[in-house]
Amino acid sequence: MSLTVTDLKVYYRTLKGEVKALDGISFSVADNEILGLAGESGCGKTTLGKGLIRMDGRMKHIGGTVELDGETLPIGDDARMNPYRFHKVSLIPQYSMSAMNPTRKIGKMVGELVRSRGVKLDRDELHARLDQVSLPREVLDRYPIELSGGMKQRMVMVISTLLNPSLLIADEITSALDVSTQKAVAKALVGFRDAGFVKSMIFITHDISLTYQIADTIMVMYAGKLAEKAPAHTIVSAPRHPYAQLLINSLPEVGVRYADKRLSGIPGSPPSLLDPPSGCRFRDRCPLAFAKCAEEEPPAVEVEPDHFVACWKA
Amino acid sequence: MLELHDVTKVYKVGAFGGKTMTAVDGVSFDVGTGEVVSLIGESGSGKTTIGRMILGLTSLTSGSITLDGAPVKPGKAYYRSVQGVFQDPFSSYNPVFKADRVLRMIKEQYFPSVPDWDDRVEEALAAVRLNPGQVLDKFPHQLSGGQLQRLLIARALLLEIKLLVADEITSMLDASTRIDVLNLLADLKARGLGVLYITHDLSLGNYLAERTVVLRHGTVVEMGLTEKVFGDPLHPYTRQLLSAVPRLGSPWEEAAPADGCLYHQKGATGRLLAADEGHFVACAGLDDCGGPAA
Repeated sequence: MSLTVTDLKVYYRTLKGEVKALDGISFSVADNEILGLAGESGCGKTTLGKGLIRMDGRMKHIGGTVELDGETLPIGDDARMNPYRFHKVSLIPQYSMSAMNPTRKIGKMVGELVRSRGVKLDRDELHARLDQVSLPREVLDRYPIELSGGMKQRMVMVISTLLNPSLLIADEITSALDVSTQKAVAKALVGFRDAGFVKSMIFITHDISLTYQIADTIMVMYAGKLAEKAPAHTIVSAPRHPYAQLLINSLPEVGVRYADKRLSGIPGSPPSLLDPPSGCRFRDRCPLAFAKCAEEEPPAVEVEPDHFVACWKA
Repeated sequence: MLELHDVTKVYKVGAFGGKTMTAVDGVSFDVGTGEVVSLIGESGSGKTTIGRMILGLTSLTSGSITLDGAPVKPGKAYYRSVQGVFQDPFSSYNPVFKADRVLRMIKEQYFPSVPDWDDRVEEALAAVRLNPGQVLDKFPHQLSGGQLQRLLIARALLLEIKLLVADEITSMLDASTRIDVLNLLADLKARGLGVLYITHDLSLGNYLAERTVVLRHGTVVEMGLTEKVFGDPLHPYTRQLLSAVPRLGSPWEEAAPADGCLYHQKGATGRLLAADEGHFVACAGLDDCGGPAA
C-alpha cells in the first residue's frame, strides 16, 4: 500500500466556528494506482488534496493519520512536512498559468527550484521528460508567458514529478483547458504513471467523465465524507450509493438529447458543514432516506472487494 | 428572428493599435423563434465576441446583425427583446445589495407603473423553478450559483424577451445543478424564446440545441442540425473535438480520418458548402476538390 489514510479529519477555522470540511475519511491508494476524486464543490475533495501536502493557515488537523510507504506523514506540522514535499509528495496546481516564476526563463527556474531542495539538476533526465509530454526542449530557454495554457500545464507537470515522488496530487488541473488540450494533459498524466515517475496519483476533478478516462479507482465524496469508492468501470456502470447514482445520471453525454431523454439534477443543496446534520449527510436530498439515516451515520462498508459504499440501503 | 450576416470583428492590438487581430471572420447564421442554437468553440474561437456583438456590447467591424429585420441598436428598446446571461453568477451581482435588486431595477427602468408587479415576479420565478421565499430578500452570498443564475434568467423573462444570449452559463455550476438550468432553457424554448447557447462543452450543446455552429479561429467550420453535426461530423476539426470529449463507459479513441478533399484533411477553413440538407461544412474549394465528399 502506497498511501493509507485513516479517519482523517481536517476542519477550517472561521469566525463562526469550525467548518468540518473533511470529517473522518479512510481510504488507501495502491502502488501504480490512479485514484480519481469526484464530487460537488464543497465536498472536501480539494481539502483532502491540500491536507496531504500543505495545509493553509485556516486548516486544522483534528485527527487521523496519513501513511505513505510505511511512514506517517506529519501533515499537521508545516515545518516537519517540508522534507517530504516535492521528494515524496508532490502537487500539480490548478492554475499553472501563475505557478511559474514569470521573471525567469523556465530552464533556469527549474534549476533553482531543484537546487533549493538540495538536488542537482539532471539535464538529460529533464530533456527525456519533456519528450515524454511532447514539449520541445527549447521551452527551457523561454519565459512562461511564451507558452500556451496546455504547454504551461504540461511544463508544470514535468517540474512537479521531477524528483519521482511517491504520491502526486493533481487538483482540477484540466478545468481551464479546452477539450483537446485536456485530453493531451490527461494522457500525459497516465504516461507519467506508466513510466514510473510517480508511484500513485490522486486526480481531483468535478468531471466524472474525465476521471473515468484515466483513473483506476473513483472515489465519490459528499459533504466531507466518503460516499462510494470503487473501480472506475464499476462506479460508472453499477453505482450503489444514491448520490453516485444521481450524479452519474445527471451527466449529459454526446448523443443524449433533451428531446429524447430528459435528465434531471439532484434537488436541494449540500448541507452546511459548520453544523452538519446527524446521521447521513445526504439524507435531505436522498430519495431512499428512512428513519435510520437520521439516527446513525452509515459506515463505509466493503460490499465487494475494493468497492466501498457508505449507505444503509446499499 | 436574429440573423448574422458576414459578421467580422477585427481588434486593434499592440501598443498603438498598430497590429490587428481578426477575432470573428465572416460568420453568418440565424436563430429562429423558439429555437436553441449552440455556438461551440474552444477558447479564442470568437464565440464570446459574437455573443457580445449580438448584445451590442462590442461594435462590428463589418457585416450586419439584424433582429426581425432591424439592425442591432443598443438601447432600452433593444434590450426589451434581447438579454444576456454570463458565465460567473457570483460576479454578475453587486455583493453590497440584495440579489433581488436586479428584479427591482427592471421595474424602475421599464415598468414604473405596473400595479401587479409582485405577481409578475412570482410568475417569472416560478418559470425558472425558484421558490420566492428562498431567494427574495437575500444577499448574493446566501444563494447558490444555480439559484443566482436562474434569478438572472428570471430577470430576463420579466422583460418578455425574444432572444437570450447564454454565454457559458453552466460552466461554474456543479454537475447536479447544471442539468436543471439546461432543462429550464429547454422549457423556455417551448414558450417561444430563442436561445443562443454559447459553450465549449460539446455534450451540453448537444443535449439542448436543435442546431449547432462549430467555430474555429473566428470562422464557422461546420454548422447544421445538431444530430447531423454530432452524428455525422464531416470536418476534421469537429471530429477531433468530438473524439476528445471524455465519455462515460467508453475510453478515448483517436478520431477517424476524414474522407473528402485534401484541404479537409488539413483541417483548414474556407467557404461553407452544403453537404446535406441543413448541414454545412467549410471547404476551401480547391480545383481538385469535389466539395465535401459525404
